[in-house]
Amino acid sequence: MSEAEHDGKVSHSFSLPFSIRLEPRLEEPPRWFPAVVSLSAIIVALTLGGVIIAMVGGNPFRSYAHIAQASFGSLGVFSDTIVKATPLILVGLACSLAFRMRLWNIGAEGQLYLGAFGASVVVLAPLLPADSPSWLFIPAMLIMGVLAGALWGFIPGFLKARYNVNEIITTLMMNYIAVAWNNYFIFAVWTEGGFQMSPVFPRAAWLPRLTDLAGQYPFLGGLTTHMGLLFGLIAAVVVWFILYRSQWGYEIRLIGDNPTAARYAGINIARNTILVMMLSGALAGLAGMSEISGVVHRLQERISPGYGFTGIIIAWLAKLNPFAVILVSILFGALLLAGREIQPSGIPKMIQGIILVCLIGSDFLLRYRIRIVGRKETA
Amino acid sequence: MAGGEQHENALGGEIQPVVHMWGIVKRFPGVLANDHVDFDLRRGEIHALLGENGAGKSTLMNILAGLYRQDAGTIMVNGKLVHFNSPRDAIQAGIGMVHQHFMLVPSQTVAENILLGLNEPRFLLRLPEFERKISALGDRFGLKVDPKAKIWQISVGEQQRVEILKMLYRGAQVLIMDEPTAVLAPQEIEYLFVTLKAMTTEGKSIIFISHKLNEVMAIADRITVLRKGKVTAAGIPAQGTSRQELARLMVGREVLFQIERKPRPAGEVVLSIEDLHADNDKGLPALQGVSLHVREGEIVGLAGVAGNGQRELAQVIACLRKSARGIVRFRDEVISNCNTDRAINLGLAYVPEDRTHVGTSPNLSITDNVIMKRYRKPPIARGWMLDFIEATRFANRLKENYDIVVPSVETPARLLSGGNLQRVILAREISGQPAIMVAVQPTRGLDVGAIEGVHRLLLEQRQAGAAILLISEELEELLSLSDRIYVIFEGRIMGEVKNDMDEKQEIELLGLMMTGTPLEQIRTGGASHE
Repeated sequence: MSEAEHDGKVSHSFSLPFSIRLEPRLEEPPRWFPAVVSLSAIIVALTLGGVIIAMVGGNPFRSYAHIAQASFGSLGVFSDTIVKATPLILVGLACSLAFRMRLWNIGAEGQLYLGAFGASVVVLAPLLPADSPSWLFIPAMLIMGVLAGALWGFIPGFLKARYNVNEIITTLMMNYIAVAWNNYFIFAVWTEGGFQMSPVFPRAAWLPRLTDLAGQYPFLGGLTTHMGLLFGLIAAVVVWFILYRSQWGYEIRLIGDNPTAARYAGINIARNTILVMMLSGALAGLAGMSEISGVVHRLQERISPGYGFTGIIIAWLAKLNPFAVILVSILFGALLLAGREIQPSGIPKMIQGIILVCLIGSDFLLRYRIRIVGRKETA
Repeated sequence: MAGGEQHENALGGEIQPVVHMWGIVKRFPGVLANDHVDFDLRRGEIHALLGENGAGKSTLMNILAGLYRQDAGTIMVNGKLVHFNSPRDAIQAGIGMVHQHFMLVPSQTVAENILLGLNEPRFLLRLPEFERKISALGDRFGLKVDPKAKIWQISVGEQQRVEILKMLYRGAQVLIMDEPTAVLAPQEIEYLFVTLKAMTTEGKSIIFISHKLNEVMAIADRITVLRKGKVTAAGIPAQGTSRQELARLMVGREVLFQIERKPRPAGEVVLSIEDLHADNDKGLPALQGVSLHVREGEIVGLAGVAGNGQRELAQVIACLRKSARGIVRFRDEVISNCNTDRAINLGLAYVPEDRTHVGTSPNLSITDNVIMKRYRKPPIARGWMLDFIEATRFANRLKENYDIVVPSVETPARLLSGGNLQRVILAREISGQPAIMVAVQPTRGLDVGAIEGVHRLLLEQRQAGAAILLISEELEELLSLSDRIYVIFEGRIMGEVKNDMDEKQEIELLGLMMTGTPLEQIRTGGASHE
């Protein structure tokens, strides 16, 4: 062993006058901090998006103004934004709940489709005669939608609990089954004159909309916001209550944070896996029911432009907080709506992507802090 | 910077220190980990760095090993100013650190692990040649290991030797040993000490990080004590000091070493285990016929080197692991292979070995952590809901009664120090007034002051009539707390001793059992030994 070369001479060949260091945060940042970071991330994202718009020859300010105008500019368009946000709230909650237990339910899309199917059965099978009253139709559709979604959640939940089958794969694959299942009924069983859609539901099977009240309050005329929003808001409160004020929610949070500790506390993880997947599926199923009963009014192809997948992003951005899910959903609803106003694809999708990347990246700042340190020699 | 020069000349000026650090300041968010620390190491000495957890020992040594960079202060190695940007720089300067948790690849051989990351051999492995080199190096320092053995096949003590060899092979002149005895049996510790001494005669210098006073007194030439980031004793010779004094320097107050264990007649048998067999996580037999019993008002120690089935035994008792054969009885009820919540309801408290991964939930609040075992029962449960106000009140009560130092009970558990976290777990387990308590390594990694507190809590429980099974690798702890001590080795009980014999004899007896000699064999075969 040559010991002569180890004489402690260490020099850096390249150095800046300062160094940037990342240090893990040892203390909790103040409460306002996450909000400020998220907001800054959005501002950064919009700036970046603006630069790109300018590069392709657009005027970023006018584009943004247009987006804002098209989604929040008037009561009418805001109502449309809310209509888009409604299913997002429900699937966002579905994902938040499952993710809280670290169950990666990627199947909200399929559960939504199956919820829509379940609700349609009531009208199209038919379980209820077409001249049934509204107070019978809507609860029945709601229950069937929720049950169908829960069933679609139960299957991967059971497989996970019993045989430890990866739920990411099963839920993802079951999305395709759900879409194909619906297609079969749309094409073959309930088709209306060969078109790929069912007949329109009877009026009594429609969720009440604000415009229905226009007789009494004329300013509500034309507003398509429907009762599904109410479902979403109630569901948010219920999910929050379950998570933070119930024994069950305590178990979910404990399992999610540390399954070993949960086992140690005597919690049945298998049972909770199934139950949480079922409730998650039920919420997504409710989104499907609300969508066909509140917006489409029939079962058809493409009732969801990927709401179930957007729900994953929403849950993530809302940091699994049920109330934040509502706000994030409205933001995404606006982007969905206004996006189509300025370009059918491209820029709006890109802005969505940039916002997402910035928000997820900004999470880093909550856990680390950046220090710029002068590289002067200390003596 | 604070004058560090004085210490140097006080004791033999002709020796130039191998390492000289002075005025070292290291700040972490909210903590001043090192506050103008001076430290010097002479060639051929063993210098103990003593201090409680969080005193800044590891921080200081991580700076020296190139893992951290100091905010202020200077380091000289062999009289030359150095700036380390990485552990590679430090090892180039001849400074190597053996971490508490080994960094070895289990599926590779000793030689492969030692050569990992080096420039030589470059393309062809030419293992035999290097194996010979490694063997020769091992022989030179009395570090016997088979270079061809796979890491997973060799004992923890041998793994540690591999870590040391790794550093020596890289040309380390200074070895930093971070709590090296934590994982060793008494005999292995002795062996390690012999090797360390041998290395110093070869001109190597050793920094020995520890919080165990006995060991430090046994091995160190000089001692530096840190408390809360400041030096409270700088390089004092080990001969001129005492355990009491060192403890005072570490903790800042007088520490009682022997807590009085009041005589208390043991009651009826509460926990009895008969011929218990169970597998470990890999499906290999971990327990192979364990039988023991614990009475009311009795602390029964279970001694043994880590990994001999202690963890599995505790888990089977707590109903967290299935047993293959045998019976665990709680009074008259058989609880083996029942559900965990049944054991909890019967009054079983379990202080797990792994505080962060088993005992607590890091991102949940203190409140959520202390209600873990009682959220199903009133008053915290109210129907299917949780009474949040009651839970908070309960958490605050525990915080008061058990001196848990946190700003609020809403603080997430991950922000707590080891000692505080252990207090949270003990508070939770003890507050249920358990009939049986299984405590695994309850003081591991705690500082002297905190250990004293934990010991007192355990003795209080004994006084209150709990049956306590104390599983520990610290003989000293077992000797000072237990009424009886069992020894476990490879899943079998080697024997049982009453804790009232001559301490030296007892330690020897326990040590022999811990390395696999059953008690009967010692009594019959080794009668001349006594």
